[in-house]
Parts: sequence; structure tokens; C-alpha cells
Amino acid sequence: MTADRVRDRPDREDPILQVRNLRTVFYTDRETIRAADGVSADIYPGETLGVVGESGSGKSVTARSIMRLIDSPGQILAGSSIRYRQTETVRAYADSFSGHTAELSDVAHEVDKSAAFDQIDRTPQHFGHERPEDVPVADLVGGGYGPELGLCDEGDFVFVTDGEATRPGQIQRGFVEITALEGEAKRLMRGGRIAMIFQDPLSSLNPVFTIGNQIKESLNLHRDMRGSEATREAADLLEAVGIPDSRRRLKEYPHQFSGGMRQRAVIAMALACDPDVLICDEPTTALDVTIEAQILDLFTQLQAERDLAILFITHDMGVIANVADRVNVMYAGEMVERADVDQLFEHPRHPYTQGLLESIPGAQSGDSLSTIEGTVPTPNEPPTSCRFADRCPKAFEACREVHPVSVPANEQNDDHTAACLLYPENMSEQEAAMMHDQRNPPREESDTS
Amino acid sequence: MSQQIGTERGSTDALVQVRNLKTYYDEGGLFGGQPVRAVDGVTFNIQEGETLGLVGESGCGKSTLGRTLLQLEDATGGEILYDGEDITSYEQDELLSWRRNAQMVFQDPESSLNERMTVGEIVREPLDVHEWKTDGERRQRVQSLLETVGLQREHYYRYPHQFSGGQRQRISIARTLTLNPDFMVLDEPVSALDVSVQAEIINLLEELQAEFGLTYLFIAHDLSVVRHISDRVAVMYLGHIMEIGPTEELFADPSNPYTHALLSAIPLPDPGQERDRITLQGTPPNPRYPPNGCPFSTRCPARIRPSGYQDLDEGVWSQLNTVREVLRERQRADRTIRERIRGSLGWETRFGDMNDTITELFGEFEVPANVQEILDEVARRANENDEEAALTLLNDEFGSVCDGVDEDPEQSDSELQFYTVGSTDRKSYCHRHDSEYREPGPVIEDRSIKEHGE
Repeated sequence: MTADRVRDRPDREDPILQVRNLRTVFYTDRETIRAADGVSADIYPGETLGVVGESGSGKSVTARSIMRLIDSPGQILAGSSIRYRQTETVRAYADSFSGHTAELSDVAHEVDKSAAFDQIDRTPQHFGHERPEDVPVADLVGGGYGPELGLCDEGDFVFVTDGEATRPGQIQRGFVEITALEGEAKRLMRGGRIAMIFQDPLSSLNPVFTIGNQIKESLNLHRDMRGSEATREAADLLEAVGIPDSRRRLKEYPHQFSGGMRQRAVIAMALACDPDVLICDEPTTALDVTIEAQILDLFTQLQAERDLAILFITHDMGVIANVADRVNVMYAGEMVERADVDQLFEHPRHPYTQGLLESIPGAQSGDSLSTIEGTVPTPNEPPTSCRFADRCPKAFEACREVHPVSVPANEQNDDHTAACLLYPENMSEQEAAMMHDQRNPPREESDTS
Repeated sequence: MSQQIGTERGSTDALVQVRNLKTYYDEGGLFGGQPVRAVDGVTFNIQEGETLGLVGESGCGKSTLGRTLLQLEDATGGEILYDGEDITSYEQDELLSWRRNAQMVFQDPESSLNERMTVGEIVREPLDVHEWKTDGERRQRVQSLLETVGLQREHYYRYPHQFSGGQRQRISIARTLTLNPDFMVLDEPVSALDVSVQAEIINLLEELQAEFGLTYLFIAHDLSVVRHISDRVAVMYLGHIMEIGPTEELFADPSNPYTHALLSAIPLPDPGQERDRITLQGTPPNPRYPPNGCPFSTRCPARIRPSGYQDLDEGVWSQLNTVREVLRERQRADRTIRERIRGSLGWETRFGDMNDTITELFGEFEVPANVQEILDEVARRANENDEEAALTLLNDEFGSVCDGVDEDPEQSDSELQFYTVGSTDRKSYCHRHDSEYREPGPVIEDRSIKEHGE
């Protein structure tokens, strides 16, 4: 199962989904909770990206932001960019929404970025870079600063970076900015291109409609199938997710399904619209271990058949080790470490990841389990220090004064990064602290944008 | 079908002895239906000061067993001896005073604490109920207990919503400790917690056990937690104990096919490991209609096969299993009056043509002619809405001693029983330990090699 994993493929393509500087905040009477605070991630076609973290770390908020399922009092802040980069989708969107399409092919080279940062109320550090010229134009445009900089019009969400907006069929590269989608364009993306599976299958199914009805609804909406054609497709989908006697099952209600079968039915619904990206938010947490094994096998099989990109969220390190190709570890709204799954488990770099792995019973031989003292703090202020410092066994003075940014943490592997002042390893603690500090945005009294 | 573990009877230092305990729900009832056999005859001992882990999938009866041990559910049959006395025969007032000895920690720290009471009131409630000493002494005791479980004395005046999940579970634990119990049933006490918090609670439970000499029944579905905390482990399936024995031995060298499957299903936090995961087919049967013979026979990867069909393809076997599952489900599914009428008129009902289902299932396999004949007959019977007859045929042809079919009536009795396995006192409930058959371990290995062609 591991041998044919996608990371071994030599021709790793461009990411299909790119998340940059995602900030999702929730405004409450008492405080502003920065549930996702500058999250960046890449998901490649055919691979599984695992996201782990304890409850309250912002995993689900990240997933819901990608699906645009954040409701008031939640809000995705300006500067956040979620880019869907599949060429076929960009062409289809450019075709259907030509009024919202902008061409970046030519202007991109002419932008004077230093001048650009004078115009907007942001610094390169807000985008995770030190110098203006390092910030990609896509981050600026995707983050919603396009109109201010004269790069696109208000309300644009399809951006062509290689090709002409007037000839959608010829577009070579581009992206759809998910944070800017509205109305019909948003509906087409949800379900049609990106589908999501939630933890509790019973709450994603409507108890008063048959399973068949609910699958046919998505087929009807996204693939325009009706009648016996839709029924046949729905039965095929149920067979594909391992539900035998599917024709009878189509006519049954959710309560007549067992927990594992319900989750299979939900997966069938998600696949009904033939999405390219599947977001799974703790899909096996509510299931027993033998059923969990069945569902994990099913994901592996479906991914191979359909070349799905999967974003897999879980708190279970065991599950992550089994399904993921690459892993992002989240803590208090931030991605604190990212690495290949083998690297992460063999050489965890961030003290939080090390603590998480050590606290798993069975992974250790001593009499008492090692723990991480304290609890996950609520990220309700812009970070001015390391959010893990109070619980960190390796914390030193600078940890409470400097907010760490993601830096390479493994000399053998460039893709392995950690947001911790202990890295890069070849720097002294002081040097590293200086370096991290410079890459932070200047402190502000209050950060409300 | 009683489970006998004879040798353990009468051992001197057993704090709790359970003998052929049964707990059924919905018994009799107005329509005299089948009861739900949540616990269906289990026998085991818990030694003083030990931790017995109880694992199994949801619905296997482990929580019911734990609740029955504390008489929160009435036992349908069998006895529970606590310190040699049968508590199932206790009257109300005897139970009340006995319950000082035995307490329970529940899974969900969100729902097991009353939001309207302060922590102090919650923890001291058992003392109030049992009219323990004076008010002042009660408060003293509660405050010192809060310290014992790692909280602070001043938390006495706070409300549960001011605490995190881990702290709330500490409050629960403090409440169980107030009356100085000897025996505690811990029903999934850490399942709702994050892994780092989970570790803290497990450490606390171990410290308390050492300090107060407590005896634990630790119920969990997370096997790595159970492996860490338990001295002995009992594996439960569909109301039965399938295997029971010392933790390390059971984990390192499982005997029962169910234990094999359960252990191999745990996702280990190690991406490099290459192992053959046994993925069980289907879901556990409904405890209202348990299968004949061995409770695990419907999903067992090492099921004994009748001698006539030894060279049938692995894939065909697994699809035969699926057919049986489908039939059992169809049999259970309620047929509405409308559907009956539609069916009798020959119209399409949701119970589609069984021939189609069978063709779909066996499409990719080469099915021998004699098997195909039986399948056709099964489909014919099923299409006449006689699933019962279809199942009987399927069972007679492809069933074995595991399914309660006695192939050779001459031979010794086919009643399933416990066999002693391993080097220490370990028991496993499986026909395969009989000298007549091969052991489960090698059979599972052979079959998985055949199936994956490696």
C-alpha cells in the first residue's frame, strides 16, 4: 500500500489547491478568536495531506474555510488566499464567468512590488516574506488587494496567469480564488470540485429522505442526471464504496444503515459529483477500529481509482501514519510543522510534535506516560511570542518574546519545516531569534483588518 | 450456551467473581419478541488490586457488563460475587450500603457533571447521600480530594463549565473517590480527551490505584490505552468474552481470531511498518438475532470450512459471506403493508431481484458449477421472500461447526467452549483450538496470502 504512494512519483505536479496566509477569525463579545492564524498549505493531485492537532487547534476551521462554510460571527480576513489551480476548472470558470475573469499574464511582470506595499496597509511579512519582491503577485491578488493595486476589478475571482481570458479553451495556467467566490460560482465549487466528509455520518444525512434520494439530489444538481439514469449511477456509487445489495439500499433510510455503512453512503454522496479534492474532517473518529480499517482501505482504493487529492483531518497519529503522504501539524491556529509522513514520525522537529508522539500510550515503555503540561491556549491576540512556549520543555527566554515563523528544520529534507526558534539548526539561539523576529510583521496596537 | 472457565472458581484473592452473567434488554415484552442479548453468559474474575481491561467494538456489551457489575442494570441470569457475596440478590438497602465499595467513572465529562451544581456540591454528593460525618468534615474531605486528583482546593466553589475536559474528568474521579471504594468501573474514561490530556488522566488513575489499592475494570475501545494500563485483558464480542489473559501475552501472541483481527486493525503511529492488516468484512451482527454457533462466525477470518469445499477461491468465500449478510438483513428489514401488496402483485419493491445482487457479487470470480447451482436456488428462495429457507440452504451447504452445523454427528460434542492457550492462564473461545483443527494464527496467514496472491 505504501509503495505506490504519490510522493514517490517523480513528476510531482503543481498543487491543485494552495492555501496562503489564511486567517479566519471569530468575533465574540469578549474577544476575537483567531482560529486559523496565517495557515499555508499545498495539496497535490492524488496525494493525501494529513492535518493533525488537538481539539481547538483550528483544523476544522481551516477545512471549513476552504469550503467557505464560515458563517457570522466568523470571517475570512483580507490577505487570505485559497487558490484552486486545476487548469480544466479555470477554463470552465473563465468560460462561464467571463465578467469576473482577470488576466495577470502581462501585468504580473510589471508590478513594482515596493510601490505596491506603500499603497496597501500591509507589509511583506504579513505574507510570510521578508522583502517585497519575494511576495508572489498571486498572494496579493488572491488576498483581495488586486483592485487597490489596479491589477483586477472588484469582484473578480478567476485569474489567468498563462493564456488569454478571452479564449478560455487556451488557458494554460491560472487559478480560481475561493475566498472571492459568491453565489453560483461558489455553489459549483462546493461539491462539484471540492467535497467534504464530516465526522458524524448521521448528522450529514437527512433522516426523512432515503439514501438514494440524497445521492440523486447531488447527481441532479451537479451532473444534471435524472430518473432511471440517476438511480443507476447512485447504485453504482454505492457498489463502489462497498455497499452490497445496493438497489435495495437506495430505498432505505439512514437509520436502517449501520455506522460504517452510513459513512460509506456519505462518501458515495461526496463522490457523486466527481470532485477532485476531498476534505475529510475526522471521518473515522466515530467508528470502531475494525470499521475504521475498512473505511481507510476504501479511501486508499478510491484515491487510486480517481486520483483524488485528499485533505485528511484527524487527531489520531495512528490514522495519520496510515493514510497521509505529507503531514501538517497544527497548534493554536498555526501550522507548526510540516513534513513527509516518514520524516515526521522518525524525526519530529517541533517540540509540540515530539510531545504529541510521546504521549501516545504504547509508543513508550516507561511506567508513567509522558505528557504535555497545560492546555492549548485560545489564540485571541496577534502572536507576539511562541504560542507553545508555556508548555514547551525546551523553551528559552526568546520564545516568550519572538513569534517563530516556519523555517527549514531538516538538513536532509527541504520540505521539512518547523515554526520554532530552535531552527534552523545551524544558527545559534540568538541568531535564530533575530531571524524569526525580522520575518514577523511589525507589532501593531490592534490588528483588525 | 454458557461459558465455563472452571479453574478460576474458588481462587482466594478474587475481589469480583462473575459467573455465567447474562443481561438481556426488551425481554418478553408485549409481543414476546426476541430480547437483545447485550451480555450473553460471561464468566471471569477480577483479582484484588489489578486492572482488568475490557475491550471490544461498540455494541459488544462491554458497557452493559460494567453497569451490571455495579447493579445499574439488573442481571437476567448468573451471579456476581463481590468478596464472596452475590450482589445480584441484594435488596435496595443492602445495595445502597454496598455501593460505597464500588464506583463508576463515565465516558463523557460533559454530561456526567451537573452544570447547576458547584464542583464542591458535585463531589460531596455521595457523602451527603451516605450521611458521612459532619458538614465541615465533608468539606475538608472534598477539598483534600480535589488536591489528590490534581485540582486546587478553591475549585470547590466553581462550576463545571469553568473547567476543561481533562479537569472535568478529574472532578468525576474525585467524586468516585469520596467514599473510599475498593472497586471502580471506568467506562471509557479517556475516550473523549485529546491525546496529551489522556496521558495525564491515565497517569492519575495509575497513581490513585497505587495509593489507595484500587481494583479497576477499565472499559475502552482504544487498545493502546488498555495495553498500557491493564494487567489482564478481556476481549468481548457480541455479548461473549472471546479471549481473556495477561495483557502482554495477549497482545504479543493473540490466540482468538477476533483478537487477531482487532489488533491488526489498530492504526499504529508508524508509517514505515508493513504488515498485513486483516480487514474484517461487514459489521457485528444484531445482538437481538445472534448467529447460530460461534458469535464471531459471520466475520471470522479463520472460520472452519466444510470439507467438501476446501479449494474454493478466497474471493468466492468472502462473497458467500456477503450473500449471507444480505439475506440476514433482508430477513430483518420490515416489509411494509404497501410493499407486501406490491410484492404479491408482482410489482417492483425495494427488495430487488436477488439474482441481480448475486450476479453483481460473483461477476469477477469463477464460480464452480455446483456452487452456482446452490446460489441459483438461494436466489430463487429469496425472491419468493423466504429468506429463512435461503439462509438454511446456504448454511447447510457452506456452514461448519462454527455456524452450529454438525457435519459429523458421531464425533464429540460441537458445543463451543473455552480452551486454555499460551503459557500462562489464558483462555480463548474458538473451535480452532480443538486438536482436530489447525490453530487460528497460521490459517489467517495462509488465507491472506492466498487472497493477496503473494
